[in-house]
Amino acid sequence: MSTSALFILDLKGNVVVSRNYRGDVDMACIEKFMPLLVEKEDEGTASPVIYFNGISYTYIKHMNLYLVSVSKKNLNVVLVLSYLYKLVEVFCEYFKDLEEESVRDNFVIIYELFDEMMDFGYPQTTEGKILQEYITQQGHRLEAAPRPPMAVTNAVSWRSEGIRYRKNEVFLDVIESVNMMANAQGTVLRSEIVGSIRMRVVLSGMPELRLGLNDKVIFQQAAATGPRRGAAGRGVELEDVKFHQCVRLSRFEAERTISFIPPDGEFELMSYRLTTQVKPLIWVEAVVEKHTHSRVEYMVKAKSQFKRQSIANHVEVVIPVPSDASSPKFKTSVGSVKYAPELNAFVWTIRSFPGGREYLMRAHFSLPSIMSEEIEGKPPIHVKFEIPYYTTSGLQVRYLKIIEKSGYQALPWVRYVTQNGDYQLRMN
Amino acid sequence: MKLRFIPQEEQPKYQNRMQAAASASKSAVVGIKPRDALAGPRKAVAAVEKANVCITAKDHLQKKFDQVKAKVDDIESMEKKVESGELQPMPNQVKKMARKQEYLDKRSVSCNITPRAMTDSKYFTTTKKGEIFELKNELNSDKKEKKREAVKKVIASMTVGKDVSALFPDVVNCMQTDNVELKKLVYLYLMNYAKSQPDLAIMAVNTFVKDCEDPNPLIRALADEDPYVRKTAAVCVAKLHDMNPTLVEEQGFVELLNDLLSDANPMVVANAVAALTEINESRPLIEVNSQMVNKLLTALNECTEWGQVFILDALAGYKPRDEREAQNICERISPRLAHANAAVVLSTVKVLMKLVEMLPNDSDFITQLTKKLAPPMVTLLSAEPEIQYVALRNINLIVQKRPDILKQEMKVFFVKYNDPIYVKMEKLDIMIRLAQQNNIAQVLSELKEYATEVDVDFVRKSVRAIGRCAIKVEQSSERCVATLLELIQTKVNYVVQEAVVDIFRKYPNRYESIISALCENLDTLDEPEARASMIWIIGEYAERIDNADELLESFVEGFHDENTQVQLQLLTAVVKLFLKRPTDTQQLVQRVLSLATQDSDNPDLRDRGQAFEMRTEFPFLRNWPAGKSSTFFVARPLVTSIEESSKYIYWRLLSADPAAAKQVVLAEKPLISEETDLLEPSLLDQLVCHIGSLASVYHKPPSAFIDAARAPLRTGVAPGTNGVSQVENQATAATNGRSAAQSTVIPSQDQMIAELLSLDLNAPAVGAPSVAPTYNSAVPGLDDLLGLGDTSTTTAAASQPSFDPLASLGLGAPAAAPPAAVGGLADIFGSSGLGSVVGSSGYVPPKQIWLDASRAKAMQAMSGFAVQFNKNSFGLVPAEPINAPTPLLPGQTANYSLACDATGPVQKMEPLTNLQEKLLKVSSVIVMVYSEIIENKFI
Repeated sequence: MSTSALFILDLKGNVVVSRNYRGDVDMACIEKFMPLLVEKEDEGTASPVIYFNGISYTYIKHMNLYLVSVSKKNLNVVLVLSYLYKLVEVFCEYFKDLEEESVRDNFVIIYELFDEMMDFGYPQTTEGKILQEYITQQGHRLEAAPRPPMAVTNAVSWRSEGIRYRKNEVFLDVIESVNMMANAQGTVLRSEIVGSIRMRVVLSGMPELRLGLNDKVIFQQAAATGPRRGAAGRGVELEDVKFHQCVRLSRFEAERTISFIPPDGEFELMSYRLTTQVKPLIWVEAVVEKHTHSRVEYMVKAKSQFKRQSIANHVEVVIPVPSDASSPKFKTSVGSVKYAPELNAFVWTIRSFPGGREYLMRAHFSLPSIMSEEIEGKPPIHVKFEIPYYTTSGLQVRYLKIIEKSGYQALPWVRYVTQNGDYQLRMN
Repeated sequence: MKLRFIPQEEQPKYQNRMQAAASASKSAVVGIKPRDALAGPRKAVAAVEKANVCITAKDHLQKKFDQVKAKVDDIESMEKKVESGELQPMPNQVKKMARKQEYLDKRSVSCNITPRAMTDSKYFTTTKKGEIFELKNELNSDKKEKKREAVKKVIASMTVGKDVSALFPDVVNCMQTDNVELKKLVYLYLMNYAKSQPDLAIMAVNTFVKDCEDPNPLIRALADEDPYVRKTAAVCVAKLHDMNPTLVEEQGFVELLNDLLSDANPMVVANAVAALTEINESRPLIEVNSQMVNKLLTALNECTEWGQVFILDALAGYKPRDEREAQNICERISPRLAHANAAVVLSTVKVLMKLVEMLPNDSDFITQLTKKLAPPMVTLLSAEPEIQYVALRNINLIVQKRPDILKQEMKVFFVKYNDPIYVKMEKLDIMIRLAQQNNIAQVLSELKEYATEVDVDFVRKSVRAIGRCAIKVEQSSERCVATLLELIQTKVNYVVQEAVVDIFRKYPNRYESIISALCENLDTLDEPEARASMIWIIGEYAERIDNADELLESFVEGFHDENTQVQLQLLTAVVKLFLKRPTDTQQLVQRVLSLATQDSDNPDLRDRGQAFEMRTEFPFLRNWPAGKSSTFFVARPLVTSIEESSKYIYWRLLSADPAAAKQVVLAEKPLISEETDLLEPSLLDQLVCHIGSLASVYHKPPSAFIDAARAPLRTGVAPGTNGVSQVENQATAATNGRSAAQSTVIPSQDQMIAELLSLDLNAPAVGAPSVAPTYNSAVPGLDDLLGLGDTSTTTAAASQPSFDPLASLGLGAPAAAPPAAVGGLADIFGSSGLGSVVGSSGYVPPKQIWLDASRAKAMQAMSGFAVQFNKNSFGLVPAEPINAPTPLLPGQTANYSLACDATGPVQKMEPLTNLQEKLLKVSSVIVMVYSEIIENKFI
């Protein structure tokens, strides 16, 4: 269940950096990786795990790099994939962005991180904040050499001791992304909310936090009945909740309280998911009249279906057009429309879209008289939006208690926003 | 003041990446979306004018350096050209070349004064000759700064694959420093070369020993009471065990590891668990007992996410004593389902799935638990695509094992336009598994949508899925057929015909009305699979299609342009047509047969011809019951392996005995089972124990893809896993040397074709479990598949003096064998069958023949097995000795595979296909098994 070796490859499959953890795999096997991947892609059978000649290659792609783990054993793939993503995250914290150039620029520190984050194929400390305290780029004299902070091996492995701030504050952001899929007939196939509570913690010492939500996480009912707003919107039933590792899960299971010692700085405290029966927040209908060989016309109607007091900002409706369409003409009373040939689509932008409104726009494109041979898919309409001070699920933060032994007062700040997630409406 | 002049103090200060990162993260405001926060520090103002303008001292130096380098390169290339006579240098060029040394000097100067701020990438660019020598000098320099730069260069060279092992002593010398960074660099180097230079590595040991007394744990651990050291030491034991297991056992390290499980520090516990699990996998030294489980469960709450995975994976190997304990463990680990890390979630699912097996199925606890399992799995589908993929492969297992868990969640598996193709394919699989009457309408409308997408493979699979739905949910078959028809009319017809074939087979005489619609769209068939299927339909329903002969004729026109599958199908279809309407199709059939046998180079095609001929040769076929014709197909795989054997027997079948041919060719169609490609139950149980691992992605037991010698032997709690190891062995035999074909709900193209081709010849016997027949090695199963007689047939056959192919099918007791030997045989091998296994709808193991001796009645251990073939028509001989583990105890089963090749002496046998084979047991009694590779090999 452990990785034998890790490689970072460039787009051509050349090794940029590698680390052999177990020595049971011939490091030359990585030369096979790129040809294999290309072959599988040609066959249409590419998958994130490739098996060849006794070796399993598990990989992810990030920017212009491949991160590949090889093993001869029956390893825990999910662990490896999660670890690779974690690696990317840590590298990004160190070098801002992870790409070929930054890897070459920082190979010494990458070797060190490879070493510190994994031992004999087993992931170790992977908290970027903690690693940055003792795996550093600059040379250090012995007198001042950083010791691994206690946190590396503590039960609280994500926070160091002795953090001091003059002003103690906590910022909470409740961000809900709406994933929606509707078919061309206007039926909503799927509609779910993926929420996330992000925090920025500016607190001294080892504070103990307790977060109260208006949740009604009752698993027994969730599966059977689906989510529902409680009476007078008092409670929200979350279908599935995921917590940052700082949250005491057993305590949550027993008492439903979210208690934790937070890491310093920004992190995602929890995420949750619930299926909604709520009307899609923004509904788009497009009537397409296609006159083959001459022109195609669109009539697009966008409707906001949330309460009138709220306003959606930065609404973008992306409507796909045939790749050979040309000479666009648009007409709309609200917002602006732009043709985006690189997306094979036009984008209708509405700065501010209050609830309960309906807007219209028309588009006209010319089509060439000779049709292209290529068959085109039917990409869906995408909608982007952001509704501040609003959660679709009705989730609210009731309280955030902060207790630290020095007894300072700390201010919690909360914001809510609903935005689009994977929001697709299929077209005819 | 000049326009665009930027005063020095206003120019942004150069920051290295770390500083920039630090200052940028401070300015980030909470609530800003992460992607905004990543925008980074603002670029220098000057950079607005010109992208790569020099701002810092470093930039200027670099620029100068690059300029000089360009000049030197230029001169060098000119020199080369002059040398080769390619270039007559102009006076100014000569002048330029003369200044080379000057540039070279400049370059080395600018190299030396390179400021430290320069990034590490520069170490990758030096490729001068004599580099090693230069590095050696630098390594021995007095200046620490220079030393460190040199070590960095060494490591850069190492990274790009250059051999810098010659510098070993010099680098090791650098180790004696108080500079941590330099020390770490040296360790990096050491780790790479210590193995290749063991003698020199000892030099480093002294320094290591000295380091051990260092007060800084970081330094000590690189070589107690600090947990950092203990957690590193724990993993170290696993490392040591990997290299020298006996040392670990003798020194009692394993017990020490066991003690570490009670360590106060959770990180130490996690690593100790990981190490113990690994050691236990290769050799069980410490049993996981309930006391240990308690320790682990306690540590679970405090570990890092990775530690939790190690612990959960270790728990998966534990078998609780009773229900109560199982339930207790379930309760204590189920909170982990709410962990943000997907690995923790899936490992929890694994343990829960295993433990649930121990609990009574109808208890409230189970109902609650299964309800808890669905939401986290659905959430995994919002993870990164790679993780989604693994989750889907696992959900595929879970849906087979416990369909209840996800039966309400059909919608989450609907395919999104922007899903990666591998995710789309897996979702489709699961959709079909979950399809039921109450959701079939939704599923069908989705599938129809997918059939208009661009990706050909995905479209094919979607269309096939429609066919599967028709078969799985009978009530929906009408709607499925209508959908398929619509697809044909909208010219989406990659494989529509294929799906139709399935439906025809499942519901004979129900939907044939659409044949006319199919025939109308013949001209748009581009895909070979679709053409083959269509030809099958025409042949099958020749009597209902008035112009069947014309249609087939139009295909025959381009016979040689078709691929083999289509040709084979065409051949069969024409023969069918002939048998149904012999009067007016004589010419056509003759034409096809001559095309196939005389003009074709393809052995398969000619072999197909033989099939017909053989039936004329063997009179038994006249009385052959219609359903028993499957034998003809059984040995197809073998045919391809012995291509030389091709003989033109085709003609005679039709000319000599059309009646027999009719019976065989027009035999009843096998039924199609509703659920195809379900994993064999014991394999499924085993895979459920490996949730989240590679095995669960490949849908294969670990032994099938990892080094068998080191395979972990994990037995499942689940009932019915007794046969696991046996299954594993067989699976290994079956999969060895073959690329890992993934099992999917929808048969792959090859399988489909094989199925199609076998259709006309296969018999209802195939109705027997179509689930992965490879795993089913029991003799009765084989007999069923082969359409063989049982033992009684065999005995009867054996007593017949004349050659009878029917008997030879059953087991080897041909006339050639002395009766006495047969008697002796019968004692030891109650019944032995020899034949090749054929998967009717699962898969066809290529070139495999099973010699099954499972009913041996030996009372004592047997050893020294050997196999010998008599001379035969094909020169078939074993390619290797049989490597049976000896001795074989009574009641024990073992499977070996034996490669054969066709390089032996050839002797024409009568009949051609007769082959004798002896299985020799050499130690005490010599037992001979005369077996025939039955005539049925040849179709």
